[in-house]
Amino acid sequence: MAESSESLLETPLASLHRELGGRMVPFAGYNMPVQYPAGILTEHLHTRAAAALFDVSHMGQAELVGEGAAAALERVTPADVQILKPGRQKYGLLTTAEGGILDDFMVANLGDRLFLVVNASRKHVDLPYIEAALPAGVTLKPLPDRALIALQGPQAVAAIATLAPGIAELGFMGVGAFTIAGVPALVSRSGYTGEDGVEVSVPAEQAEAFARALLALPGVQPAGLGARDSLRLEAGLCLYGNDIDETTSPVEAALTWTIGKRRRMEWNFPGAERVRDELANGTKRLRVGIKPEGRQPARGHTPIHAPGGAAIGEITSGGFGPSLNGPMAMGYVAREHAADGTALDLMVRGKAIPARVAPTPFVPHRYVR
Amino acid sequence: MSETKFTKDHEWVRLDGGVATVGITDHAQNALGDVVFVDLPEVGRVVVAGEPIAVVESVKAASDVYAPIAGKIVEVNAALSDNPGTINSAPTTDGWFFKIETSDPGALDGLMDEATYAAYVDDLA
Repeated sequence: MAESSESLLETPLASLHRELGGRMVPFAGYNMPVQYPAGILTEHLHTRAAAALFDVSHMGQAELVGEGAAAALERVTPADVQILKPGRQKYGLLTTAEGGILDDFMVANLGDRLFLVVNASRKHVDLPYIEAALPAGVTLKPLPDRALIALQGPQAVAAIATLAPGIAELGFMGVGAFTIAGVPALVSRSGYTGEDGVEVSVPAEQAEAFARALLALPGVQPAGLGARDSLRLEAGLCLYGNDIDETTSPVEAALTWTIGKRRRMEWNFPGAERVRDELANGTKRLRVGIKPEGRQPARGHTPIHAPGGAAIGEITSGGFGPSLNGPMAMGYVAREHAADGTALDLMVRGKAIPARVAPTPFVPHRYVR
Repeated sequence: MSETKFTKDHEWVRLDGGVATVGITDHAQNALGDVVFVDLPEVGRVVVAGEPIAVVESVKAASDVYAPIAGKIVEVNAALSDNPGTINSAPTTDGWFFKIETSDPGALDGLMDEATYAAYVDDLA
């Protein structure tokens, strides 16, 4: 990562991050806070105990407008977008013609349009890819002038609902428009931590005032990318570029659930041939959760061996789970080693750490019902 | 009272009667963040200066700890296994890593004194 600081982009909250003592690091072309003075461990535990504010404004936001927008989006994803009701959001994958994962994304049905959120590191790839697939009459409108702020944790919704009571009525993956502290906001009850909470899209020029209003609520503390990463790994959620990429298929990545039932009859999405073959015949490798024994973390790119034997895979994300109070990882292993409980050796600095394939999430999800 | 010396790898070393106690500096623990695991060398191991002999893992990353001088490992801080957070809370006292026995009374001569190390850290900022 030889990104010079001059070339880095900033989010609308950059000066607030500095004021809060954020330690800024380059991430996906942006200067982002990896942590605040409290530290990753404290920020992580606070998110699981109360509520934390994350700036995720680096992510790509866009609208898809026009008659048949949902059907148009299905030209680039195996998700069933047409089944999505107004006021509802879902997680999906953009797939390549070869059946790899171009990106993962969220799509919400806002009634008169679709609202998309894609990864910061992939927005420059995703948006042209979607645009190239659109028929006449459907338009993709990037929203670079909007910030995205996540409020996550068991107290998050109660806190923000003091400013807009209707938010408490949203179900998991429900979406609605609200005015919060005078700021027009698009709110979805979703997140990347495994906790209850919301992700809120607001106009960039009002983002700082909005964030300050949330930080003033009881129990709310800022949290950085470091805590975001340990929280999402405990929740068993994939990070694009680590756990999924253009070489991994939805089936290998154990994300088959994102493929709509109707889409599995139609087989009309990019890479359908590979996905269909893998669903029928299985894949050579699968993404699994992994729990190392002891306390030593095994990081991304750690080779995975059969106990005392040959290489059978690689860790794609690994670290220490503060709530789990132990190390955790995910990675790809040969299919015959993918069953829960299977013994593995993780080769860390030349030494084998015993580990087992483990179900995810490592820490139970606490989404609202 | 022996003088504490410092390395460019942000370790501190204190020599007492032929035994050097080694740990990481406050600057190092702050940069690492919350320490969750430490891998210490075996007692009896003979090490050369600059050799990576321990690993300290924080929530976000793993980092090598080097032997600042040549010698033999005579003791490691076993208490760190159960309480790695001591490295954050008391890096220059209870958070020490290992002790190296040396027969060279001038072993620390090439290392920085406290003022020089402080200036070195300032230059990094």
